[in-house]
Amino acid sequence: MNLKIISELDRISEEKKLTKEQKEKVIEELRKRIEEAKLQPGEAIGVISAQSIGEPGTQMTMKTKHFAGVTEMNVTLGLPRLIEIFDARRTPSTPTMTIYLNQKYANNESIVRKIASRILEIKLEDIVNEVSIDLVNLRIEVEINTKKVKMYGVKKDEVLESLKKVLKKHNVSIREKKIIIKPSKKVDVRELYRLRSKIREIHIRGIPGISQVLPVQKGNEWIIKTAGSNLKEVIKMEEVDYTRTITNDIHEVQRVLGIEAARNAIINEALSTLKEQGLDVDIRHIMLIADTMTNTGVIKGISRYGITGEKLSVLARASFEVPLKHLFDASCHLEIDDLRSVVENVMINQPVPIGTGILKLVVKPEK
Amino acid sequence: MSDVFLNGKFVGEVKEPEKFVQKIRENRRNGVLPNEINVSYHEERDEVYISTEKGRARRPLIVVENGKPKLTKEHLEKLQKGEIRWSDLVKEGVIEYLDADEEENCYIAINENELTKEHTHLEISPLVILGSQAAMIPYAEHNLSVRILIGAKVIKQSLGIYAANFLLRMDTDSSILHYPQRPIVKTKIYDTINYDSHPAAQNIVVAIMSFEGYNMEDAIIMNKASIERGLYRSTYYRPYKTEELRYSGGQVDKIKIPEKDIKGYRTEEAYRYLEEDGIIYPEAEVKAGDVLIGKTSPPRFLTSLEEFKVGLESRRETSVPVRHGEKGIVESVILTESEEGNRFVKVKVRDLRVPELGDKFANRHGQKGVVGLIVPQEDMPFSASGVIPDIIFSPHSIPSRMTVGHLIELIGGKVGALGGKYIDGTAWSGQDEFELRKQLKQLGFREDGSETLYDGATGKKYKARIFIGEMYYSKLRHMVANKIHARSRGPVQLLTRQPTEGRSKEGGLRLGEMEKDCFVAHGASLLLKERFDSDKTVVPICKKCGLVAIYNKYRDKGRCPVCGEDAPIVFIEMSYAFKLLLDELKSLCIYPKLIVRFK
Repeated sequence: MNLKIISELDRISEEKKLTKEQKEKVIEELRKRIEEAKLQPGEAIGVISAQSIGEPGTQMTMKTKHFAGVTEMNVTLGLPRLIEIFDARRTPSTPTMTIYLNQKYANNESIVRKIASRILEIKLEDIVNEVSIDLVNLRIEVEINTKKVKMYGVKKDEVLESLKKVLKKHNVSIREKKIIIKPSKKVDVRELYRLRSKIREIHIRGIPGISQVLPVQKGNEWIIKTAGSNLKEVIKMEEVDYTRTITNDIHEVQRVLGIEAARNAIINEALSTLKEQGLDVDIRHIMLIADTMTNTGVIKGISRYGITGEKLSVLARASFEVPLKHLFDASCHLEIDDLRSVVENVMINQPVPIGTGILKLVVKPEK
Repeated sequence: MSDVFLNGKFVGEVKEPEKFVQKIRENRRNGVLPNEINVSYHEERDEVYISTEKGRARRPLIVVENGKPKLTKEHLEKLQKGEIRWSDLVKEGVIEYLDADEEENCYIAINENELTKEHTHLEISPLVILGSQAAMIPYAEHNLSVRILIGAKVIKQSLGIYAANFLLRMDTDSSILHYPQRPIVKTKIYDTINYDSHPAAQNIVVAIMSFEGYNMEDAIIMNKASIERGLYRSTYYRPYKTEELRYSGGQVDKIKIPEKDIKGYRTEEAYRYLEEDGIIYPEAEVKAGDVLIGKTSPPRFLTSLEEFKVGLESRRETSVPVRHGEKGIVESVILTESEEGNRFVKVKVRDLRVPELGDKFANRHGQKGVVGLIVPQEDMPFSASGVIPDIIFSPHSIPSRMTVGHLIELIGGKVGALGGKYIDGTAWSGQDEFELRKQLKQLGFREDGSETLYDGATGKKYKARIFIGEMYYSKLRHMVANKIHARSRGPVQLLTRQPTEGRSKEGGLRLGEMEKDCFVAHGASLLLKERFDSDKTVVPICKKCGLVAIYNKYRDKGRCPVCGEDAPIVFIEMSYAFKLLLDELKSLCIYPKLIVRFK
């Protein structure tokens, strides 16, 4: 029996002062219940899961944008988000993180705000008025916006430093309010344009990828919600409680924390999306999907590029999107369809190997 | 300078657009310019649009100047006396027509008492807010907009007398209601459209109560005796037609009784009503499959073989039979010529439609429903004065839909029926509800319209008082007789050997993809197989190459197109659709080899 059940049983028997006989009775009853709850061989769990998610899915509003908090931070929710999760898209359309902080910092709003401002990524273009090209001298001039610099609390030296770091090959100098970048080699105008767009994107401070931060009070602690996600860097910060901090980018979870974490992320994200829409789907259905999506060690979406495209049966694959491609590939590779699953047996009108069809009578015909 | 466009084309510029537009309007009212002109100035784009084209929807409004309508009492008096007409008012500039574009420049008052100096126009009547259909709903201002919309939609589907010359017409899918009545509760629009000469429903007694649960989910319960007295009887007409076509090669169709040796000959019984000319006679009682017009056509393709055939009788049977599932009496037969000058025959069949379980009925408040039960009169509830409702309407249909107009119409209808008068229920100006209640009280009834009813089966008094009254109910064109369909065996498609689709082709009811999933989810594997057996075939398969082979039953030997004579053959049961897939794969140069073994 499950360890958790055993410990719970111990606790309760102590609490209620059960005799050994009573305890045995409870165990017996438990065993019976567990046995009853088990699925029987041949139960079509896949179809049942699909229907259990699909039916409430039809009631979901097609396009919902949820605004978290007061400021303009929106998160994709509802059906588009669910599709995103199950398709295992590389990046979510609205990546967000929920950053929890260590107990020391979590209760103090001003400290949390300071931490948040440190997390926020500042690029050069965020603090300048203009990045212009001086065609006469073939150089780039950066005009810094003093107001913005003050707002973000960035120092001029800091800016210069990070510019120099990236543009090692070029000459960076400061003249009054302007930063002047003179390429060391002779360059043509086109290259100058390329350089300009590169300069705009130069990272000054904060964690790359995080474009918005929003400290929010949750219960009696402050948490930081972000637009943009960078789990790897965020959990490195000492103020951050890395045990609770999460991102909605499932692939990132897999990269940083591994496939088991990604599986949990799929379950949590799908479940919370459904719950947010007021739909109650049993967690086991989503667990099954998350398992099939992750059981190979990498995340695979339920699409023609993911698990559906990797079905064993040629006919089953062909019946789902781009049949010709699958048929031609199969004939090139001399594939053999053993007709072991549902779809192909429906196609040739044979009993599907599920439920009553899973039983077989083994007879050796006399020759 | 603002740009000026005439019918969408740039024509020039003006300095003071507002004045310019005003001038045009004045001239239009004075009769200098034709009244078909509409002009508008769009401030944000600084453009003036002048329209004189056809195809704009325009509506009449009373012109207002300095907060006073130009239409005066004198005008009205003259109108009543017949001294002036509507067109005179338009000519005088009292009434003008606006299109949608010019309306954007106007400020229109709905009622006269809300006129201010800023107003430019006055609505002729608040009723024109509604369209011709919505204006037919009495007490519409008490209903939700959605219900008005549904009501307007449903009015259009009512059976009535759609055209006075219906006997001569050959409309497809048309019906005539036998005893249409003028509505007791009506609106002003009924007079303007001359509705009384072609009404499309009947006034009936409606009780709002439940009855044995047969009026759940919008169903209604009908009194059998009412039906037997002729309530909501209608006649359904279906025309059939055919033409003696000419084909290349000088061959022609022939309308006549087909000979027995013809290709596709039906039974002799099917042709029994045909007269010598091959056409049925009027008043013949026909049923499905009976031929109305006998016709033969020349063969479709002249193959070389058939050319040498002895005799000419390779013609096809192309008679026109009564549709599958329909019956009726031949109403009229028309013989004429088509545009090409071919002989052309039309036969109209009529069918009496008595209300039955499943026919659709509706009132004017978007409360539509289907007959759920037809109760003998003796079992229907009755009132102390012996009134028995024609329809029992479910009370559950009211709270969530909030069709208050429905309830007021019931009271209004009751007052009208008892007092022997018509009630005006025009939206915003109809007879007051409380006035109606007062009248109802004077007539000796409870003022809220409820009455004590007695159970028809037991004679016991119902504990609750039942809301009962008169209202205008129509029969809609959706009748079960035209829709009912079921099949166990029947025709199959040529290509796939699967059942045909659709009622007219006696088709099967598809067990679709999602239904299949349900069978799988229940684990009902063998039942699923049985359901999909409709196109099952036994195919001989060559054991060696795994392709479809040929079985020679006469010699009890197989022949494989690949492996040659005496190929080892097994018989495999599969769906014909799968056999087609195998053929398709072969045509794609894919070798679908079936590896056969005992499972």
